[in-house]
Amino acid sequence: MVELALPKNSKMQEGKTWPKPEGATNVTEFRIYRWNPDDGKNPQIDTFYVDRDACGPMVLDGLLYIKNSIDPTLTLRRSCREGICGSCAMNIDGTNTLACTKGMDECISDVVKVYPLPHMSVVKDLVPDLNNFYAQHRSIEPYLKTVTPEPETEWLQSREDRAKLDGLYECILCACCSTSCPSYWWNGDRYLGPSILLQAYRWLIDSRDEFTGERLDNLEDPFRLYRCHTIMNCSKACPKGLNPAKAIAEIKKMLVEREI
Amino acid sequence: MTDVDLKGKRPLSPHLQIYRPMLTMTMSIVHRITGAALYFGTVLLAYWLIALASGPEAFDTAQAIFGSWIGRLVLFGYTWALLHHMLGGFRHFIWDFGLGFGEQEREWLARLTLGGGLILTALVWIIAYAVL
Repeated sequence: MVELALPKNSKMQEGKTWPKPEGATNVTEFRIYRWNPDDGKNPQIDTFYVDRDACGPMVLDGLLYIKNSIDPTLTLRRSCREGICGSCAMNIDGTNTLACTKGMDECISDVVKVYPLPHMSVVKDLVPDLNNFYAQHRSIEPYLKTVTPEPETEWLQSREDRAKLDGLYECILCACCSTSCPSYWWNGDRYLGPSILLQAYRWLIDSRDEFTGERLDNLEDPFRLYRCHTIMNCSKACPKGLNPAKAIAEIKKMLVEREI
Repeated sequence: MTDVDLKGKRPLSPHLQIYRPMLTMTMSIVHRITGAALYFGTVLLAYWLIALASGPEAFDTAQAIFGSWIGRLVLFGYTWALLHHMLGGFRHFIWDFGLGFGEQEREWLARLTLGGGLILTALVWIIAYAVL
């Protein structure tokens, strides 16, 4: 449902301003969303100053600098620090991206503003609850489904058929696209969202998969698929340069084509 | 810990409040707004046709309303809403073929829709004033 304003318990308040690091000459201001499940307060926006000479150039470097030398309670997910695990997805400088691949200097605003992925239930600070997202992924059965007996060796695929998976298999399920989509904000309980639909398409066009019809049946639904209104925030947000909006359009085309 | 219900008090992370407005996102909202405005425009059109069918007196009243400066302003807005929404429809039609999703293409489609709507509206009114 469309609810433009935030619920009462989610309204943000001005938080703490942490002291500037002593002796630092090259400093970048960070404004970070904080919420602690234990203190009973509303979310706060804390201000930090990052010593650029004491850390790397990426937003993740800045966040870890804060966690290591200013406030160790700052909570965020991160792992690979090279854009392949998708853990550090968050809203930075007004758009969703990975903190590890976004340079502090790339931010349009002078102040680096960091929020959790939009319109999600917050577990703590920058950590959103992704359970619904993963359950939706499970619902599209993201694995090879066949009826013919398994071959002795691999399932074979021509080079041409393999090439159809390019631009799809690279998805790291970081949820940047899904949580950038206003349609997913309003109907995230029933609309699968760009990320999961891109995954659905990845299995629909896999030449080895034998359940294309059933997969399409599962998607033919006013909410699961057709809440996509080509707003395009997804394709703009994807930190891997993929195009979920295009994948969704291809699914819609497949549904029309099988009727003809 | 499994039976502790933390979800009830968890906040919802900010969305519209913090997301940087994107051109294609804004155009999607404007497409909806113009679509809704067209319902109102159709009521105006229906009123004008009913007045036309009701006789010279009713028609004169309708003409006076639409001819006033405020009436013309509303009609100008209606023209823009109609043309903008029509071009938006073309844009969706292109997308339905799986075309125009490229990084530059989708931005250009949005810019052309926005600019095209304004230019066509101006053209319609310039021609209308020149002819009438």
